Amino acid sequence: MQIGISDNDIIRLVRRGEQSAYAELVKKYQGFVFTIVLRYLPVREDAEEVAQDVFVKAYRSLGDFRGDSKFSTWLYTITTTTCITFLRKKKLEVHSLDNEKVLAQAENLDSGMAANLVEQKSRSAMVNKAIAMLSPDDAQVITLFYKGEQSLEEIAQIMGQEPNNIKVRLFRARQRLKEKMEKHFASEVRDLAS
Amino acid sequence: MNEHPSMDSLLWEYIDGHLSAAERSTVENLIANDKEWKQKYEDLLQFSVSLGEDISLEEPSLRFNRNVMEEIMRHHIAPATGSYINKKIIFGIGGFFLLLIVGFLVYAFGQINWTIADSGTRIPFKVEDLHLERIFNNTYINIFILVNIVLALVLLDRYLAHQKKQWKKQG
Repeated sequence: MQIGISDNDIIRLVRRGEQSAYAELVKKYQGFVFTIVLRYLPVREDAEEVAQDVFVKAYRSLGDFRGDSKFSTWLYTITTTTCITFLRKKKLEVHSLDNEKVLAQAENLDSGMAANLVEQKSRSAMVNKAIAMLSPDDAQVITLFYKGEQSLEEIAQIMGQEPNNIKVRLFRARQRLKEKMEKHFASEVRDLAS
Repeated sequence: MNEHPSMDSLLWEYIDGHLSAAERSTVENLIANDKEWKQKYEDLLQFSVSLGEDISLEEPSLRFNRNVMEEIMRHHIAPATGSYINKKIIFGIGGFFLLLIVGFLVYAFGQINWTIADSGTRIPFKVEDLHLERIFNNTYINIFILVNIVLALVLLDRYLAHQKKQWKKQG
């Protein structure tokens, strides 16, 4: 259905009352939204609940979407604020997970990567594990920049910060990620390279 | 942690395409002529390409899409904020508070005896002479506040009447 149709066209259809067209937007962005939510909430059940809430909120607020920015930028902004609100309500710790204990936590994450890291030895699994060791904000910046197709300005808008701050954060996040990979997965990286 | 922060940050900006033409040319020269820069550049570039290729997105459960669609069946798209927020009301409320502040300042300055001042650096009144409790107990101030409250209620009444008319029109 509606292959190649732009986000704005879908939104126009939904606003006209064709509610089912919204399923296309959900299908297109559910992976991005769910991944960003998982950066903040590592428990999949919580993340799925919040991701669902994000899409419902976005639907209800479609009247306010003026098209000044990309739909994805607008949606990720809702995602970030919903995550923060959820964390505040649940009074969970939002502080950085940037410590050694997190390796054990990361191992316990049922993050959809079914295979064991050692067995799988894939670079992708290592990168994703290493990202899970970063603070939620660092992980989000990297995800939005590399997978969300968002510019620094757009990430700044999503996270409610200045573009220069995001530039610095992205730089530091990549440095930290590189260090994590070198520290925790050095042998795997060598095995893959050889 | 990092021996060459400026080298790293410059190279990252170069890789991300955030440098000006002149800066780009400088970095390109350094990469071409300096082994250390070249090695670092290749290292970071490989890392950047790997991030682009290797970060994978998580997928929610198979029922996710259906759950969302079932949930939104119970909701409606809310009207755009701009369509129901009347700017006149916002300006009215702003004006009301402004009037309140200006009125208070005028009254407060009116209470000061300026003739006492004999030097540019001294405060023209004694702080201990300023009895705030007297100002707030003053009948005129009470009347002023009362008038403002009445004005606020009138504005609120007009706003609600306006909304009622709009709803009737839409209905």
